Amino acid sequence: MRLEPVANPNLARQLGYPAAALVATVLVASLLALMAGANPFATLGLILKGAAGSRFALLETLNRATPLIFTGLAVAVAFRAKLWNIGAEAQLYAGAIVAVLLGTGAIGSPFVLPVSAAAAMLLGALVLLGPVLLKTRLGVDEVVTTLLFNFIMLLIVSWLLEGPMKDPAGMGWPKSTALIPEARLPRIVTGLRLHWGFGLALIAAVIVWVIQTRTTLGFEMRAVGQNQQAARFAGMPVNSVLIKTALLSGGLAALAGWSEVAGLKGHLSLDLSPGFGYTGIIVAMLALLHPIGVVFTALFVAGIFVGSDAMSRAAGVPTYIADMLLATALLFMVLAISLTRFRVVRG
Amino acid sequence: MSELFDILISASFWAAVIRIASPLIFATMGELICERAGVLNLGIEGIMVIGAFTGWMAVYQGMPLWGGVAVAMAAGMAFGLLHATLTVPFGLSQHVVGLGVTLLATSTSSFTYRLMLPEVTSPPKIEPFQPLDIPFLSDVPFFGPALFSQTALTYAAFVVAILTFWVLFRTPLGLAVRAVGESPSAVESQGLSVTGLRMGAVIIGSGLMAVGGAFLTLSAFSSFFFEMVNGRGWICVALVVFGAWKPGKALIGAILFAAFDALQIRLQQTPIGANIPYQFFLMAPYVLSILALIVMSRRAEVPAALMVPYNKGER
Amino acid sequence: MAGAQDIVLRLDRITKRFGPLVANNEISLELKRGEVVALLGENGAGKTTLMNILFGHYVADEGSVEAFGQPLPPGNPRAALEAGIGMVHQHFTLADNLSVMDNIRLGTEPLFSHRSGRSASKAKVEALSRDFGLAVSPDARVGSLSVGERQRVEILKALYRDAKILILDEPTAVLTPQETDALFETLRKAIALGLSIVFISHKLHEVMAIADRCIVLRHGKVVGEVDTKNTDRAALAAMMVGGTVAMPKAEYRDAGPALFQFMNVSTPDKGAAPGLKSVNLDLSSGQILGLAGVSGNGQAAIADLVSGLAVPASGEIIVLGNKVPHWSPRTAIGSGIARIPEDRHKTGTIADFSLTENAVLEGYFRDGFSKRGWMDWKAAEGFAKDIIAKYDVRCPGPSARIRLLSGGNMQKLILGRVLEPKPAIIIANQPVRGLDVGAIAYVHSRLIAARDAGAAVLLISEDLDEIQSLSDVIHVVSEGRLSPAFKRGSRTAAELGLWMAGHGFDEASHAA
Repeated sequence: MRLEPVANPNLARQLGYPAAALVATVLVASLLALMAGANPFATLGLILKGAAGSRFALLETLNRATPLIFTGLAVAVAFRAKLWNIGAEAQLYAGAIVAVLLGTGAIGSPFVLPVSAAAAMLLGALVLLGPVLLKTRLGVDEVVTTLLFNFIMLLIVSWLLEGPMKDPAGMGWPKSTALIPEARLPRIVTGLRLHWGFGLALIAAVIVWVIQTRTTLGFEMRAVGQNQQAARFAGMPVNSVLIKTALLSGGLAALAGWSEVAGLKGHLSLDLSPGFGYTGIIVAMLALLHPIGVVFTALFVAGIFVGSDAMSRAAGVPTYIADMLLATALLFMVLAISLTRFRVVRG
Repeated sequence: MSELFDILISASFWAAVIRIASPLIFATMGELICERAGVLNLGIEGIMVIGAFTGWMAVYQGMPLWGGVAVAMAAGMAFGLLHATLTVPFGLSQHVVGLGVTLLATSTSSFTYRLMLPEVTSPPKIEPFQPLDIPFLSDVPFFGPALFSQTALTYAAFVVAILTFWVLFRTPLGLAVRAVGESPSAVESQGLSVTGLRMGAVIIGSGLMAVGGAFLTLSAFSSFFFEMVNGRGWICVALVVFGAWKPGKALIGAILFAAFDALQIRLQQTPIGANIPYQFFLMAPYVLSILALIVMSRRAEVPAALMVPYNKGER
Repeated sequence: MAGAQDIVLRLDRITKRFGPLVANNEISLELKRGEVVALLGENGAGKTTLMNILFGHYVADEGSVEAFGQPLPPGNPRAALEAGIGMVHQHFTLADNLSVMDNIRLGTEPLFSHRSGRSASKAKVEALSRDFGLAVSPDARVGSLSVGERQRVEILKALYRDAKILILDEPTAVLTPQETDALFETLRKAIALGLSIVFISHKLHEVMAIADRCIVLRHGKVVGEVDTKNTDRAALAAMMVGGTVAMPKAEYRDAGPALFQFMNVSTPDKGAAPGLKSVNLDLSSGQILGLAGVSGNGQAAIADLVSGLAVPASGEIIVLGNKVPHWSPRTAIGSGIARIPEDRHKTGTIADFSLTENAVLEGYFRDGFSKRGWMDWKAAEGFAKDIIAKYDVRCPGPSARIRLLSGGNMQKLILGRVLEPKPAIIIANQPVRGLDVGAIAYVHSRLIAARDAGAAVLLISEDLDEIQSLSDVIHVVSEGRLSPAFKRGSRTAAELGLWMAGHGFDEASHAA
């Protein structure tokens, strides 16, 4: 077989394959439910209900989507420039650390929120800057370094929680002291359990979209990602574009951790992120790296997680079905997107 | 200082080094074969997990230990087939597919584990591989207990490393694999199938990675934990770079790495080590891997067609 | 009339479509034992596609192939090799990290076997090199070989498998005139030993020199078949192009002031490519300077220096009379240098960007296209529309992705992008490679017009004919050394060929 580019893919092709990918994912989900001895339709129904069946469920989904929008944006920005930032998890924890460092009384209101947000972005950016400088200066592949940084960062957090940041009232449980009220993100609507982190995530998506489409930096990022050789030849400062991309990407990922601590949890613990950094890759890829698309895919992914949790309690299908589904969706979707642009021909 | 010396001259330390190195050797050889053929396989982390899980589960269900190894290998090869199908004929991004395979393999392990053992709270145990004394050699002072009183799977790791070298550099198949990672068009012009060679390499390589994972549950420990692979796959990717895509150097890299790992475990128990938070010792493997990548940066010859998909007839 | 058993290869009504494009339209061809058939046609006529079908890289939509009376299964290079067909590709298919022997033996032994007979196969290669005049060291790493040596390895690959039919795709494009003569010697020896040859080319004088018969392709169809002894170059050219295309003529011009100067410039070696060795070079206003040479002898280093991609390791470059402190692509563009890169697909354009985005790829940061970091896409699109109109770029519109354009139209967009700002200096690196005659004439006429307007033009080409027909002065580059300047018409192709092969440099440096 051979792949032949399709010059002008028509609408049926552009929508048909991604739709087929979704259908295939649902089929896999049904199969998994059957394997677990549950009725597939009931299982899918329960996931849907658990994700959006009530006001509580919906708010839970929005809350869960918040860090995913940030990490999804972080990955989308980086991947668009072909900077393989697989370290959003580490950058997320960097942001969370700053939220605790500055939010437990080091700075008083009214500055604490903006200052700690800015500092969180800065630290997240610095965490990614290391691997990126190794890439631009020495040619060290950033995939492996950013991946390894995730493990290092988790150990740093573990040390902080058992040492310098330990909550004296934590009864031996490794968690940090709680944030002061002024350092907490307010609720969007009083009484509803949805914090301003979600609003910030939406704003961040719009800002990233504007940067990518309207600014010279966005043009450079896209050019470097599409064809680094041509971008360099055209006079674009490739290394500096990669570094700026890294700063933006790391900063966005850090906001995920910062908003989880400042908006939702109020303290830092080792289970802050159930892999939001890695899931951000799925969110970004499903959105075809489009920043506005990230918002929708983050909601979708969050819905699957929240819905699966609820379904698992009701139907007894292990909650890990959510991770399997999303990994499947990711693989089907990359294949589908490729098939919209290439047709498979014989020889 | 004398404590360090005492550690380094003890046979039990070197026995531990060999033990720690074994899973890394399997997986590193697997990754090396994939990359020599031009495919970066980031599915490695997940494939090790699925290997650890399926191998353990097979034995837990009553299969013999070697049966568990075979099941793990088959599971790894199945995920290798998935990776290869998407990256080779379809030419999809090796980064994205690799991470996708890792996520899928990891979640498949967790899902199936919970499905098969819904009620257990503490991980059940199996009877793992026992040390196998090599006649005569195991009686040699120091070297005997250090090297020749290991489990069969450890000996197998070294056999796999030698075999990898022999196949890659001494057989027509190895020549073809090295050529396809450098110039797929050269391979096609000589009537060989680029797709076949690359897919074959990824499938075999993934099988070895899974055996590396199975080593953890069948030889090193006796239970399966969700987080047990814990970045070893990524470390092996770094070891391939450190080994400059050569089996011999990669083998030395794995042993060197294991030596540092074994050392940090022992240093934790020394009086000085007790004053340093244990997390910093645990960081050592990851920091070391990054250092290895930095040291080797731009020194080695990367296979020229690594990560470059090939479409028939294109030159 | 030759008997049927004398026909070694028969292609019967081969048709191949790529989407809407018909690359091969019912092409039939017969090759007799001991014959050299030239497949003649300009770029894009379908020659390479046809040979890729024959060799099994592509599968034809219709038609069949027969070798020695046996039908050849489609899409199977192995079957083609086993039937005795050997192909020397235009772009070499060699693994640089392997030795010559390993490249030759690759795929000749059963994959699942232990290696054996190493010395026997080495002896066979050595015998073949001797018999066919293909000198190359069997243990050398291919990455360290020159272009000419690599081609010999490609031919040896085919001969080692006892090929009876040799297909050579544009084999002379990369050779010096003398190397071409040596290649023809090898081919004649092969014919004498009973081989048959398909020789693909668009160079008429070579076709006349080597071929018994010519089959001319145009737009994917056979438009003529003649014995070489019954035709001449003019007739073939007319058949190939389908009429006559007036190639632009450049009369000699004297040099104006030097706009770009190399002063004793040296650069480090890059892998097998030699660095420059104390090169002095003046690009002068109102002149086209042609740089001839076998590829990989320092052209890339010179192009990179002029384009801003590299800085000299020692020596200096002087641009418009000034030393440049921070030399980069952007300062080069800012100094008024128009750069037409060697590879328009990989370096010149971004395939999935629109024409508009590609049009401002170099100039997006300038006032007019952006302000304080904000893009002005309306202005950019206006610029793209201007280029499309002025440079006759055939395309669906400025928002179309550039990957949809033909090579010629892509090159026209690049021309517009770099020539519109009225550059003082132009570097054109292989500007017409892969283009059809119409596009070639267009690109050449634009370069001549720019010269006439006072620009200094550096033309780098592997095609000696192109260099000789356009340049006011010619330098030859070999092993990183630069020959003296030869005024237009002062040297024959053969004389330049000797310089390309490295002769004359030592004498010249003694004289200096």
